Amino acid sequence: MPVFNQSRSNIIRLIFCGMFLVIFVQLFNLQVFSDKYKKMAQENALFPKRVYPSRGIIYDHRQRAILNNTIMYDLMVTPSQVKNIDTAFFCQLLEIDSAEFRSRILDAKIRNGTFRPSIFDDLLEPDLYAKLEENIWRFPGFNLQERPVRVYPFNAAAHIMGYVGEVDSNILRRSNYYYQLGDYVGRSGLEQYYEKQLMGQRGIEYWIKDNKNRLVGHYEDRGLDTPAIAGRNLHTYLDIELQQLAEKLLTSKIGSIVAIEPKTGGILAMASSPDYDPNSLTGSDKQKNYGLLALDVRAPLLNRAIKGLYPPGSTYKPLGALVGLDEGVITQASGYPCLGVYLACTHPVKCLENWAGHAANLRLAIAHSCNSFFCNTFRLTVDNRKIGNVRDGLETWKSYMNKFGLGHRIGVDLPSEDGGNIPDTASYDKEYHRSWNSCTMTTLGIGQDKMLVTPLQMANAMCIVANKGYFYIPHFVQNVEGHAVEDSLLDKYLVKHEVLTHISDADYETVISGMQDVTEVGTARIARIDGINMCAKTGTAENYLTLEGKRTKLNNNSMFVCFAPRENPQIAVAVVIQNAGFGATWAGRIGSLIAEKYLRDTLTAARVKLATDIANTNLMPGYFARLQFITDSSRAVVWAKQNGDSTRWKQYQDPSFRKQMLDTLHRPSTHITIPFGPKTQTINVLTDSSKSKKTDSVSSRKTDSTRKSKKIIINKTTDTAALIPKEKPVIQKDTSTIQAP
Amino acid sequence: MNQRNTSLAKGTDRYLIWLWFILSLIGIISIFSATYRDGDNVLQGFISLKTDYSRQSLFFIISGIFGIVILLTDSKFFTATANLSYVCGIFLMLLVFPFHSNVKGTSSIIRLGSSIQIQPADVCKIFVNLALAKYLSRVETDFARPRSQLIAAVIALVPAALSIMQKETGLALVYFSFFLVMFREGLPALVLIIGFSFAVLVVATLLMEPNMLALILTGIAVLAIYILRRQIKRQRAILFAIASIWFVCVGIQRFVVPFVFDHVFQPYQVKRIYDAIGKDYIPKNAAAAKEIEEKSIGKKKDNGDYNVKQSKIAISNGGLIGKGLLKGTQTRYDFVPEQRTDFIFCTIGEGFGFVGSILFLSIYVVLLMRIVTIAERQRSVFSRAYAYGVASVFFFHIAINVCMTIGLAPVIGIPLPFVSYGGTSLLTFSVMLFILARLDADRQMVLR
Repeated sequence: MPVFNQSRSNIIRLIFCGMFLVIFVQLFNLQVFSDKYKKMAQENALFPKRVYPSRGIIYDHRQRAILNNTIMYDLMVTPSQVKNIDTAFFCQLLEIDSAEFRSRILDAKIRNGTFRPSIFDDLLEPDLYAKLEENIWRFPGFNLQERPVRVYPFNAAAHIMGYVGEVDSNILRRSNYYYQLGDYVGRSGLEQYYEKQLMGQRGIEYWIKDNKNRLVGHYEDRGLDTPAIAGRNLHTYLDIELQQLAEKLLTSKIGSIVAIEPKTGGILAMASSPDYDPNSLTGSDKQKNYGLLALDVRAPLLNRAIKGLYPPGSTYKPLGALVGLDEGVITQASGYPCLGVYLACTHPVKCLENWAGHAANLRLAIAHSCNSFFCNTFRLTVDNRKIGNVRDGLETWKSYMNKFGLGHRIGVDLPSEDGGNIPDTASYDKEYHRSWNSCTMTTLGIGQDKMLVTPLQMANAMCIVANKGYFYIPHFVQNVEGHAVEDSLLDKYLVKHEVLTHISDADYETVISGMQDVTEVGTARIARIDGINMCAKTGTAENYLTLEGKRTKLNNNSMFVCFAPRENPQIAVAVVIQNAGFGATWAGRIGSLIAEKYLRDTLTAARVKLATDIANTNLMPGYFARLQFITDSSRAVVWAKQNGDSTRWKQYQDPSFRKQMLDTLHRPSTHITIPFGPKTQTINVLTDSSKSKKTDSVSSRKTDSTRKSKKIIINKTTDTAALIPKEKPVIQKDTSTIQAP
Repeated sequence: MNQRNTSLAKGTDRYLIWLWFILSLIGIISIFSATYRDGDNVLQGFISLKTDYSRQSLFFIISGIFGIVILLTDSKFFTATANLSYVCGIFLMLLVFPFHSNVKGTSSIIRLGSSIQIQPADVCKIFVNLALAKYLSRVETDFARPRSQLIAAVIALVPAALSIMQKETGLALVYFSFFLVMFREGLPALVLIIGFSFAVLVVATLLMEPNMLALILTGIAVLAIYILRRQIKRQRAILFAIASIWFVCVGIQRFVVPFVFDHVFQPYQVKRIYDAIGKDYIPKNAAAAKEIEEKSIGKKKDNGDYNVKQSKIAISNGGLIGKGLLKGTQTRYDFVPEQRTDFIFCTIGEGFGFVGSILFLSIYVVLLMRIVTIAERQRSVFSRAYAYGVASVFFFHIAINVCMTIGLAPVIGIPLPFVSYGGTSLLTFSVMLFILARLDADRQMVLR
């Protein structure tokens, strides 16, 4: 019988071998052929840790850091690795509820996928970081990533420095995916303009992690790591003390100050008001703060120095005089018999002075800012027989203006500069159907009509006058540490633009003398600085705004341009205070304070007091309160319609409140506090807003947006609460923490 | 003493002992590499008996001592006590029911004191093997008769049934490997083929779309008719046979399996089967879902799919020549669960790559071939049947374990012989092998 089945031993051998053959084939497939699982192995055990270099530091011209770095931590989450964690403890640490936890995890999944880390909570407070650091091993899928964060030690120059923010999909696409989600990138100001220099180079460290997601060591002895290269520092012309003074002087005003060093084009100070606390856009509350700023109708994020468009008013007059002199239509001895009104055209143009002889010659005309004289000069310029007809005249005049740096972008090293407007023939053709003459646009001669300039352009035009015909493009950055090829972007600031040197020095001297007379005997005697020969020109520009569909005349803009000292100009200043009235009163005094501060380095006690007084004066135009009321209440209506919660809406219906808010059109706004606040939220809001600099009339927007964000949270909680009834107590507790922090 | 020593060495198959030695050593190294952490003191680790590799070494030594004792025993002892040991084995397995302690979701383990634990279902393999060999070698057994075949099957399957009752499905399946022994001793091949085909059909039913599978079955039938067309012309019965086989297959696939799954099995059992073949089970109704939920309460979440995936990743990461000992990123950092026991092959796969795995598995092939060779040179049916039993059990363990780690078989926790961590397992396999060596040493003397 044993012999009978002898052959079966071979069958059994065959079965054994066959099975092993199958195993070998699968092993070959897994280990040699396919690399699908190898990639998964890398994902499993390799953690490419991004190392952010510190961004470059920005210094002022005395090597004080205006924009510096500090270390903060982001809490990152990789949703797929979050397993079996003690959610209750985790939430307790972060002071969130479990519904919020869920929604943030969901957020992370949507934003960045399940397997890649996304930010769970960014820029942790130091004590929270300490608590998390201790316990992070309990929470697989979470890790702390350090990130250098920007700080503004002087709390100043917010608009110039700009801020960094997380990249959005547009930037990702434009950068060809060099940036990754979660990266920070300059979003405005110098941060954006010099992004390449400031950013440095991101490094990657490869870490081996274990199954609990703990980083256990470097991979391949750091052989594959790329080190982070720190960003390069910027040295600017800014004088931070001057900048601070400028910002202080603009408190509770709408306007802008620009100060430029004429010899180099270096910008010494550039303030725009209202501004914001730059540090409020770095910490963990930056989203909220940004929301508040974005909802403010006064547009605190707007840099009015480069984006604010103003009719220059009388500050244009020195330029008009120079053009007239150069074209030969007037001489320094020319006068105009003005008695308070210019009547040569159909529309009379008023002049502020009415005594005979205030425009007896060019110097006097500048000093007293005679409107008749300059209307006449402008008409003579554009109607100049030598040139031909008025069309050619206007084009000639326009080319002069363009040479003065008006009507086009100058090229300052900030993003999104505005070019202003110098009207050309086409624009008049369009408006007047080709039937227009010099009378149609008389007021261009006094810087009104369609002429719009930015404060930066005004300051730059002063530089050209001070330099007698040449200028350097205004810029902030003097040099970038560690010279590299791409720094050719600084080259354009080293080019001397000799645009108007063909105007004779004698002509310049005449105009400059007239400008000096402005502070000596003329309109801006109030702005005179003892011991310094300052050349200046005031401006009181009419301006209109379309409010609720009506063209409304607002208070005059107070303008002032100057440079000093006359003999060796070191600073040129342009000041615009919106709707503040007469030029010399506000802008003039502010301009002289800026010039004196820069030239003398200190201010006398009397001048400090003046500065403080100015800073304490509220010149905020009233219509902003009205606008804010309208937008806020409209939002409340939309909110009520969408959510059926009309409590907020009702507050805006209170008649006395409406009257108070809506009648603010022509008076400076007083400190209006809006009686907000159902329940305790308001307390929360007020403490929050006390952190940032701005409050007064617009605290309405803050409350409103905070309330909005709170509502959203509540919505989320109720959604999830429906799913998990047992967690309701937690939610209630959470709501109470929101109300009373 | 001296004489004893010579008799110990004489006739003993040296290859067998060497293979045992090498495999056990590889096992200890693998366990070491799976559990060693940077900075551990190796020497202390080995001496302290607190680490897994030191305990495995200890059991290696104990196995060696057992081996020597077995080699010193008279081979008649095993034939004489075969039936008795079988009864004892069954008794031990029955003892589990009142005295078991719940460890890792199985209730097949008896604890003696704090450190010793015995899994009777595992040890019983030896006794079943002996008893089966004894039954087959009886003079009065005519294995050609179905009755004898049935009795042999019962001998093998009683412990399997007990194992299933102890929730040790994996070990229960091992007992099916004794059908290979019976096959060698004269069980009709048809039984194996039908059994195998049935298993394939059931698994295919669960894995494939019903219509697709029906199409494939039809295709096979048509192919068979085409190939056998000449014979069919002569004998119409073949056509009828093919048609009825096709009918039965489609019937099973279409009606029997769904019926059994819906009405006979409990939902949680269905879920387990689905888990084993790596498919998601969607409960038919809320009640079924609830029952599954209840059954899994308090139990460690059995994540078979995850294990296999991690295991495949680890093995794949080894590449052609491997990352080297203690250098694998996957096996070093606990990505693979149960790595020192059931998934020990991953360590070898990642550490030594394709080449290393092939070499390692070749050792097993050599071992199995050697056992078959030994079996065929026996004069007694007892020894031969026993040897085939050893080969079958080893083969089943190796094949299922390795296939499980590379994703070819469902995850059923059975260890890799001599290599997986586990004292009982190492001891059981060693004892089986040494008994074989002892029987083989006496092959010239005994004619049973």
